[in-house]
Amino acid sequence: MKSLRFSRKQLGIPYALFLLIFVIFPLVLIILYAFTKVDPNGSFELSGVKVSFSLANFIDFFSKSSNIRVLFISLGLAVVTTVICLLIAYPLAYILARSNFNKNGVMLLLFVLPMWINFVLRTAAMKELLFAIGMYSSNKLSFVNTVIGMVYDYLPFVILPLYTVMIKLDKSLLEASADLGAKPASTFFRITLPLTVPGIVSAVTMVFLPTTTSYVVSDTLGNGNVTIIGKIIESQFSTMFDWHAGSAIAMVLLVVIFITMFITNKFTDDDNTQARGNGLW
Amino acid sequence: MVKKIFSGGYVFLVLLMLYAPILLLVAYSFNMSREIGIWSSEWGFSLYAELFSNEDIMQTVLNTIILAFVSATLSSILGTLGAIGMFYSKQKTRKILNGATQIPIINAEIVTAISIALVCTMFAFGRSYASLLIGHVVLTFPFVVLSVMPKLQQMDNNLYEAALDLGATPTKALFTVIVPEILPGIISGFLLAINLSLDDYIITTFTKPSTFETISTYVFDAYAKGGKSSSVPALRALSTIIFLVMIIFVVVRYVLSTKSAKKKEMKR
Repeated sequence: MKSLRFSRKQLGIPYALFLLIFVIFPLVLIILYAFTKVDPNGSFELSGVKVSFSLANFIDFFSKSSNIRVLFISLGLAVVTTVICLLIAYPLAYILARSNFNKNGVMLLLFVLPMWINFVLRTAAMKELLFAIGMYSSNKLSFVNTVIGMVYDYLPFVILPLYTVMIKLDKSLLEASADLGAKPASTFFRITLPLTVPGIVSAVTMVFLPTTTSYVVSDTLGNGNVTIIGKIIESQFSTMFDWHAGSAIAMVLLVVIFITMFITNKFTDDDNTQARGNGLW
Repeated sequence: MVKKIFSGGYVFLVLLMLYAPILLLVAYSFNMSREIGIWSSEWGFSLYAELFSNEDIMQTVLNTIILAFVSATLSSILGTLGAIGMFYSKQKTRKILNGATQIPIINAEIVTAISIALVCTMFAFGRSYASLLIGHVVLTFPFVVLSVMPKLQQMDNNLYEAALDLGATPTKALFTVIVPEILPGIISGFLLAINLSLDDYIITTFTKPSTFETISTYVFDAYAKGGKSSSVPALRALSTIIFLVMIIFVVVRYVLSTKSAKKKEMKR
């Protein structure tokens, strides 16, 4: 019997095929759907439906004022959530990295532990808490409730990258700064803050995108009053059944994501690029 | 001293914020009240009895666990193949494959979800267990690659060559030399994949067959859509159990990892 012979790099062939079929091709399909419209006289078929090329999906999306409103709400929600998360997590990561509270990493473990608990369950738990303290008395509180839920859900994802850069911070730089006569505030703004920028950037990329697209929190806590971009894509697919319109919005999102990634990649170093799983171990 | 009390207090406050909702659910899971915010004077395990007699929820839990294990296993195999293949490819090929691997990580989950839904419709197997598995594998395999890659970089390349020189076939060398060296990376990638699969809602909801429920879709239905709301009290008991299991898991893993770190130090 002749044994199967293959070199190590050939192992990449099935992998490359998988990437092609289930990662690259699906994105091509989104682009194809985005630029086409159902048309009985269409020139070609997509999944058995006659379609023709058209820019109508994009024009429809940007000409509806309700969609523009959703864009602004999503952006507002993302900015507010990200800023609050950073304001809470930055001092916390600083304390954990610099003091002896976190001797064996146990404290950090306590802050990372919630990441292991189901996201939907945690959001549900937050809903019960907000309900118990009377935050559902008025619809005006929907936005606030959503922000609270998002900060609660994403905080561990902000603490981790900040902690990672702060623990690597060279203490002798801070001492040198103090020895040379800098006040603590000036040491912070001229040494600590610039050196922790990679952590801040990767924390922002981890929170900003999900807050605009992951509608789990806004649907659970927003009482039907908070609609984000992710939710319009979802409803185009599951309730309006207009896959072409949904794909167009998704494509806009895709372009924005890749531009952002291109920019933020210049700020972060290599070991900070693994978004969600980063540092969980 | 004042500084220390201040920072300690701050750490405590943030911890309280992170754990308050969880602790509230745990407390109410032992109370007879069916609505949070109102305490009943009676305490007991009735919600737990309700949970275990609810066949829907039990089936959902089983579905979730099986899906997580099967998809994480497939992801681990695929991710390990990919990492090894990529690592030993020419730089240009490696760059392209690596870039494609990053896509599902960078991309918004909703975009990944609809893209897979579109592909599965095109290939005519619509929403089935197959599409659900594909969805979860796409979600998790990049993290396996990311966990295995550093282990390949740390590995001594001469070991594999030595095995070949001593007469091992490439297949045998792969399984007896490379795989054992990178096993810790595969294991942590596998665990990460399980965690992500258990956590996922959006990809699941776009790829699952309509009658199939996971914990995420069930809880979302109960809390956000208003369906299944009669099982909300039982879900408190389920949450408590999940919290407990996760705490035990994380603590055990922490203890094991500090032990092995100590051993490594002693060897030095």
